[in-house]
Amino acid sequence: MDTAYSPEDLAFRDEVRGFFEEAYTAELQTRLRSPDYKNAIEDWQRKLYEKGWVAPNWPAEFGGTGWTATQKYIYETERSLAGIPNVVPFGLVMVANVIMAYGTDEQKEYFLPRILKSEDWWCQGYSEPGSGSDLASLKTKAERDGDDFIINGAKIWTTYAQYADWIFCLVRTDNSGKKQEGITFILIDMKTEGIKVNPIISIDNHHSLNEVEFNNVRVPAKNVVGEIGKGWTVAKALLAHERTGIAGVADVKRAVRVIKEVATKEENGGQRLMDDPGFQQRLADIEVELMALEFTELRTLATQAAGGFPGPESSLLKIKGTELQQATQELLMEIAAYYQGVLPTDLDPDALGHEFATEARRNYMYGRAATIYGGSNEVQKNIIAKYVLGLE
Amino acid sequence: MNFDFSEEQQMVRDSIARFVQDDYDWDTRKAIVASDQGMSRDNWQLFAELGWLSIPFAEEHGGFGGNIVDLSVVMEELGKGLVAEPYFPTVVLFGGLIKRAGSEAQQAEWLPRIIGGEVLGAFAYVERQSRFALHDCQTTATKSGDGYVLNGEKVVVFNGEQADQLVVLARTSGDQSDSDGLSLFIVDAAAAGVDKMSYAMMDGQRVANITFKDVSVSADALLGEEGGALSVVDALTDEAIIALAAEAVGIMGVLNAKTLEYTKTREQFGVAIGSYQALQHRMVDTMMAYEQSKSLLFKALCEYKQDPAMAAETIHALKVLIDRNGKHVFGEAIQMHGGMGMTDELDIGHYAKRLMMINTTFGDATYHRNRYIETAYAA
Repeated sequence: MDTAYSPEDLAFRDEVRGFFEEAYTAELQTRLRSPDYKNAIEDWQRKLYEKGWVAPNWPAEFGGTGWTATQKYIYETERSLAGIPNVVPFGLVMVANVIMAYGTDEQKEYFLPRILKSEDWWCQGYSEPGSGSDLASLKTKAERDGDDFIINGAKIWTTYAQYADWIFCLVRTDNSGKKQEGITFILIDMKTEGIKVNPIISIDNHHSLNEVEFNNVRVPAKNVVGEIGKGWTVAKALLAHERTGIAGVADVKRAVRVIKEVATKEENGGQRLMDDPGFQQRLADIEVELMALEFTELRTLATQAAGGFPGPESSLLKIKGTELQQATQELLMEIAAYYQGVLPTDLDPDALGHEFATEARRNYMYGRAATIYGGSNEVQKNIIAKYVLGLE
Repeated sequence: MNFDFSEEQQMVRDSIARFVQDDYDWDTRKAIVASDQGMSRDNWQLFAELGWLSIPFAEEHGGFGGNIVDLSVVMEELGKGLVAEPYFPTVVLFGGLIKRAGSEAQQAEWLPRIIGGEVLGAFAYVERQSRFALHDCQTTATKSGDGYVLNGEKVVVFNGEQADQLVVLARTSGDQSDSDGLSLFIVDAAAAGVDKMSYAMMDGQRVANITFKDVSVSADALLGEEGGALSVVDALTDEAIIALAAEAVGIMGVLNAKTLEYTKTREQFGVAIGSYQALQHRMVDTMMAYEQSKSLLFKALCEYKQDPAMAAETIHALKVLIDRNGKHVFGEAIQMHGGMGMTDELDIGHYAKRLMMINTTFGDATYHRNRYIETAYAA
């Protein structure tokens, strides 16, 4: 029972901090908030790649960092406290883990270096218009035609499909058995003929979500990852990785820090919000749960470091983490008061009279998605009930 | 970074778990609580022989030399068995004060006797008006010749009925609510002028209101510095809260396991009630409440082990979370056991009542949330 940092850990923390201070420039921060977001985040990921830090969760043999659990934790904490966004997870976290675990040598050699260098933008083709939480009911059809599959159907809620070079998809190659059987995990080049991306504007007034249509899209069979018909196994492994990332404990810590900063400036009737007992109590309630969740995450990290795969306990992290994210987003909106409704505007904060409200609104509105995506929190509870508690 | 328990800790855990399983079944525990003394002296001797009473004390006094993690292992396992013997009042509180504030002579006099199971102790600190404010103290100790004379009343003294020796918090100077001027005294429970009125608590504890009427003690009864007791008591409180939280985590784990088992076997409308999603999701919530409580306990343990001062904020947070999650867990346990959960016969309600007493000991969630705010949000 010990979490004390060794001198090496402390030196590592200083190194991470120093690198972030130097590399995460003001110019980059401005670009990340601008329409140039895609290029900016790719530039940032390439900086991390050059430093060798872009894939802390990869095994060292594929270009990962080989860090200990403590180092990963330090890195993640420093990243979020510096206000640096996470890497785009679809390539570096999600599909990469699947390719490493289930891919052919050819797939590993081709895709993994490209993912490391952010040469391809990936998106995730799981949900369908008729298959949300009941993911296994998916209908997008892949029919064999010689060395290829012909794909027809549609995927939905596809984040940043408008930028994507590749999409990883779950498709149905067989209809005869149980719905979990006959699903295949396949990689599709977004430039292939027959793919159409339709934007969906979300309640944060932003375009990140899309519907992706497939009309007779021809995909080489060598793009299948894992066995044909065994995509459900692949999908479940990936979801565990996704959930662990979604908890975003370090980002909630950062949100709490932002809340404290702004609550010290904002006043109500001449009293700082930070001194308002009602406000203090709500913030304290969030912090108490957050302190606990931080150690729940550390316990999970320690298990993984000992060789364990993220299991059903990652569902707990996902549920609690997303609840806390939403709690901090809600509190920040309340601090913004009337300004919480401000849509993006060219007015500068001085003229407007406020500076953080627009971002608070976006985070709050888009934050509703966190309890839905990656398997809704209700589905996570089903998973825990079945696999941890053994309830049928 | 690791959250493993050492081999030694695992052995202590197994030894207590075995005792609870083999020698402390529910009927046995009920009989002990209902007996004259509300505890078993034989069990207490067994605890001494097995070394459990020695855990938090230094090796030079015959102790195990254990740290906070060792103590929490003991408390968690005792919690699982709802063990009624006065480990917390005697070892954690009475012994905890002597090991903290005692002179070499006082430690040499008392610690081996605690470890050997020869003395039962109590810490008399609560007064009618004081609630959770440790410094709100009307009991006085007035200098008289070489010694002191104590006057006043302490209430709800844990183990007050059976304790042979008391540590009493009394005011040697200042006004009722001053932080300075508080002192600790070791007082023989049988001394002239000490009068106790015993009663039982809902969690099986025997407590007492104890009055002190012109009780004379010698100068060497003073434990620690005259007037400087509050910092000692605060330090004790931190360790005691972690110990109680460990006990609470043990209890929550048992309640969840028993409830889960019950919902898998109890049938209504022709199916096990655990097959209903409405109950499944609620059991996931209680499981998360347990895991979160355990995580925060681990945080407190890791910090306290490094430096007790480092754990200050976490300890307030821990008391808040244990209180809330404890109520959540036992509330659901009673609800899901239905009518059976309402019976005195079943153990569920007794675990609930122990959690409630843990919640209120050294401050409830409201109190500690305020303390957390004072500490963490000071302007």
